[in-house]
Amino acid sequence: MTDPAAKSPAPQGPLIPRNPALHPVPLDPDYKTSVTRAPALPLLSMESTPSEETGPTFGHTPIGVLDNNLILNWSRGAAPAVGERILVHGRILDETGRPVPDTLVEIWQANAGGRYRHVKDSYFAPLDPNFGGCGRVLTGADGSYEFLTIRPGAYPWPNRANDWRPMHIHFSVYGHSFGQRLITQMYFQGDPLIDHCPIAATIRDRAQLDRLVAPLDFARARPLDFLAYKFDIVLRGRRQTMFENKIEGM
Amino acid sequence: MVQKLDNLAETPSQTAGPYVHIGLMPTHAGNPGSFATEIATDPITGPVSGEVIEITGAVFDGTGWAIRDAMIESWQCDGAGLFPGQPGADPGVSGHCRFAIDGETGDFTLRTVKPGASAGRGGTVSAPHVSLWIVARGINIGLNTRIYFPDEDNSADPLLARIEQRPRVDTLIAQKLGPGRYRFDIRLQGAGETVFLDL
Repeated sequence: MTDPAAKSPAPQGPLIPRNPALHPVPLDPDYKTSVTRAPALPLLSMESTPSEETGPTFGHTPIGVLDNNLILNWSRGAAPAVGERILVHGRILDETGRPVPDTLVEIWQANAGGRYRHVKDSYFAPLDPNFGGCGRVLTGADGSYEFLTIRPGAYPWPNRANDWRPMHIHFSVYGHSFGQRLITQMYFQGDPLIDHCPIAATIRDRAQLDRLVAPLDFARARPLDFLAYKFDIVLRGRRQTMFENKIEGM
Repeated sequence: MVQKLDNLAETPSQTAGPYVHIGLMPTHAGNPGSFATEIATDPITGPVSGEVIEITGAVFDGTGWAIRDAMIESWQCDGAGLFPGQPGADPGVSGHCRFAIDGETGDFTLRTVKPGASAGRGGTVSAPHVSLWIVARGINIGLNTRIYFPDEDNSADPLLARIEQRPRVDTLIAQKLGPGRYRFDIRLQGAGETVFLDL
């Protein structure tokens, strides 16, 4: 439930136009489902309007204390999920380097065996009765977030005959305007399957793909408990509005 | 030499995959319970000023098949053209909704308040519309589009005016089925391909 009374954002300028070269190609024959689902015609270029510059706010959304603890949030603390315990943490920034506070970060993932809690997932790996596979949290004043979870397993998927997804966690991030909306995936440092994955390969620029690979972070690991991975996310920025009060325009 | 331009670059998108609902609409996915409450289940959260409407539709791929696994988010202003958070906005309108395509029929339904015309930069006015963001397996970066209404004056809308191929304007305008009821189909590719936004 979105709370419209929550912190009304200060007026801000238009969104900085998106650079498509930073993003995956929409149509890639190696990722077969994209072939029939990618728009064939160019998208319509436009400057953002209030429809994209405003967006849902979550400052008053009731977030439970276990919502960002995937080890316990499905079993309600009765029994922990099975697998290698990890902390995933990072910051949400925008393109101008400013932190994005009070925004919703949601994740979902497979369990330690590589299976999702979804009716359509028929992989042999067992469902973990104590793992639901989703979490959420609001960012702090400095844009920071963290999740305690278990390392997801890699799994095969029906694309080419023997394709495997690398270990990954899906991330959904809002920012402060509807035009900043982003869904992406976090991969894990050192996973050899990243180089074989047709979905990861939809990002043509290797340096951009590397930005989705979270490094092992011993500084945030807890001895005899969990390892940590750090994953920062950059959302679109806003241009300044300083000349808007000049009636004669620029 | 010049100063270093130290702007950051946006994090690349990845597909939401086929299981987006377990993360963002867990109850719809059959997994209620991870959270005590879910977000954005309804764009109207109380009594509202204006007409409550129902929009149904489907999302077709390039083969003409109504896909079954998409998740859509909507964002809109209230009946008077004010977005949530703006002074005077209708407190009953959250403006934000998540809805899924029915896994059996391929249809989606959005029940909401009919938005008003909204003011933009430089004295522009946008015709009433609902903004959509569509994610699914095979969509590598979420697609933005809008629903406009056939019973409103769309002639001066700045976005619709930008569409050079005038027949394509129709892809953004819902059909009226009856009082308060509309149909809006989205075509990802091919004949009648919906206009998607690069903003």
